[in-house]
Amino acid sequence: MTSALTREQHLDLYYFMRLNRELEEQMVRLFRQNKIVGGLYSSLGQEAISVGTAYALSPGDWIAPMIRNIGALLVRGFKPRDILTQHMARHTSPTLGKDGTSHFGDLKSRHVVSPISMLGDLIPVMTGIAMAGRYLGQKIVTMTWIGDGGTSTGAFHEGLNLAAVQKAAFVLIVENNQWAYSTPVKRQMPLRDLADRARAYGMKSAIVDGNDVVAVERTAREAVAHARAGHGPVLIEAKTMRMRGHAQHDSAEYVPKEMLESWKKRDPLDCYEQFLHQNKLWDAKTKKEIDARIAREIQADVEFAENSPFPPPELAEQGVYCAGCHTVEADWKRPKEEVMPPRSSVKPEWPIQDYGDLEAAPKRTAKSFVHGRQAGNGTRPTAASKATAKSKLLKKPARAPSPAKAGR
Amino acid sequence: MAETTYLEAIRQALFEEMDRDPAVVLIGEDVGVYGGAFRVSAGLLERFGWERVIDTPVSETAIVGAAIGMGYAGLRPVAEMQFIDFIACCFNQITNFAAKSHYRWGAPVPLVLRGPCGGGVHGGPFHSANPEMYFVHTPGLKVVCPATPYDAKGLLKSAIRDNNPVLFFEHKFLYRRIKEDLPEGDYTVPIGKAVVRREGRDLTILSYAAMLHTSLEAAAELEKEGIEAEVIDLRTLLPLDRGAILTSVAKTNKLLVVHEDTRTGGIAGEIAALVTESAFEDLDGPIRRVTSLDTPVPYAPPLEDYFLPNAAKVVAVARELAHY
Repeated sequence: MTSALTREQHLDLYYFMRLNRELEEQMVRLFRQNKIVGGLYSSLGQEAISVGTAYALSPGDWIAPMIRNIGALLVRGFKPRDILTQHMARHTSPTLGKDGTSHFGDLKSRHVVSPISMLGDLIPVMTGIAMAGRYLGQKIVTMTWIGDGGTSTGAFHEGLNLAAVQKAAFVLIVENNQWAYSTPVKRQMPLRDLADRARAYGMKSAIVDGNDVVAVERTAREAVAHARAGHGPVLIEAKTMRMRGHAQHDSAEYVPKEMLESWKKRDPLDCYEQFLHQNKLWDAKTKKEIDARIAREIQADVEFAENSPFPPPELAEQGVYCAGCHTVEADWKRPKEEVMPPRSSVKPEWPIQDYGDLEAAPKRTAKSFVHGRQAGNGTRPTAASKATAKSKLLKKPARAPSPAKAGR
Repeated sequence: MAETTYLEAIRQALFEEMDRDPAVVLIGEDVGVYGGAFRVSAGLLERFGWERVIDTPVSETAIVGAAIGMGYAGLRPVAEMQFIDFIACCFNQITNFAAKSHYRWGAPVPLVLRGPCGGGVHGGPFHSANPEMYFVHTPGLKVVCPATPYDAKGLLKSAIRDNNPVLFFEHKFLYRRIKEDLPEGDYTVPIGKAVVRREGRDLTILSYAAMLHTSLEAAAELEKEGIEAEVIDLRTLLPLDRGAILTSVAKTNKLLVVHEDTRTGGIAGEIAALVTESAFEDLDGPIRRVTSLDTPVPYAPPLEDYFLPNAAKVVAVARELAHY
């Protein structure tokens, strides 16, 4: 695997992945000491995805991390203390104790949107930010993550469809970690590759080894460039494995041991350390220094969090509304005159290129619509053509037409 | 000056706010080329262009989600529900994303979600809803229900300038039926303030939206019987103007709440609790309600007429209460 990154950038990736893992291991210890107030969700085995994808973005870009994306928060400049105080519900946390886990953000400087627990809803929100960014002339890209489970939600469909039709500068990372809580992918959807879902929206997609941070970073960088250039959104499926239960309370006995053993051999940090050795990007001394730095940082921030107070009870009833405490300001990077009358005035028209006729459809669809075109000629599908459609369906479900549609 | 309809007042507010502030954009189904199912946004696309008047796929969740994102980026989006009944499709974006955002992490959501609500036009179970109470029960939202063209325009301007998610329920029965002269130039009506529409000493009738007009009609009837009803237009359901309610009850000592929303869980119950908690000593009679029935909104005219409150029903209950 080759990479266009510099040595410093390679070491950055290691630092963030290792920090991600060590911080989560520290939080497991705190959880066992009853110092984590709520749930604790592990991204063990998925660190390469959070770190590699977030690393491919520019400072002005926006992200919305999900529950297993602490690595993305770290890349974006949040510190272990932010994550620790959030989990420990302290008044010093970014949400002052009002929300926990990775449910925090920063609109103005880091451009991080706090997630909600309902899956899929970040997709239209990040699409809206991308649309606003284009409107304001900012040339930004927005990114969020979702698991295999979340790809079955309605918000996923509505959001991706809107992103695609708007050609929004949006990149979605689908972390296929094989399990939605206790339900394996094959019981969630009849697809092997979740990237196939992108076809329905006419958007670009890619599949990447989610345990290879170099591949993840490079794929994400290409996707970000594609989106930023105005070519539309991209879906990246990163194949990986959730190495712990859904959350700390879940022993995940439903996961076959052999599956964990198989994936453990492909641990993203082990693999990346080997890569760094093989490419002579570091030595034992460098690793020791980075690891020591991480240990120091985590130790200092654990002390900070443990010494932080809980919020005062009466804070509970404050801040429901924004009563002028925050400003709403758009960062205009283009002349406002462009979007104001008279320059904004248009004559509305609704172009319909091929009049929607099956016969007039562009040539490229002919192959996949062979059966439909026959039906469109007013002839009933023959037994032979039905059989063709059936065998196609069995062979390539993502590409074959539906006989029902063809008959319309 | 020509009288302005409730619908035209809303259109004017959109037009003037988009003219005033390039951060204001409109997003929804058929709001652009078609000008909205009720023509509320007619002419906006021609003036403000494709970037600011955005026709979307049939995707309520995506519409509201995208609008939330635009708000995070510093815009002031106005999202339209083609019929307010479809707001159920994006309940999660409103109640979990928008409503909790500022409380959870200090991120204001300057979103207006507006659309036609209400019955009386034989729209049936899916085109007649009054869904305000789902959202009145959601801390972090503001819920506005204007009854007059003046208020519709002034409240919509306030909603657009507000840093919080505001649900703006336009009663479609009023769209073309209610007209009045509007002042020249820019004005706003504050969110969270009720107004006394008619002074009276014998009882207070609290109402909003289309039922304000029903209540005023009833008050005119009651006057013929020598009963002086004070009629208050709540205008905003969340935050509720508790002061205006308690002041009027202290004056009339009797309270009737009239709403088109169904009975159980309607705002009348909350107001009754508020008044008994805060002003029990002021009351000289039971708090009464005239509301729609606890059923879906039926389609056939005789059924819908039976379902909805009307002036006669209000008069009957008000009379009983006045003589209590």
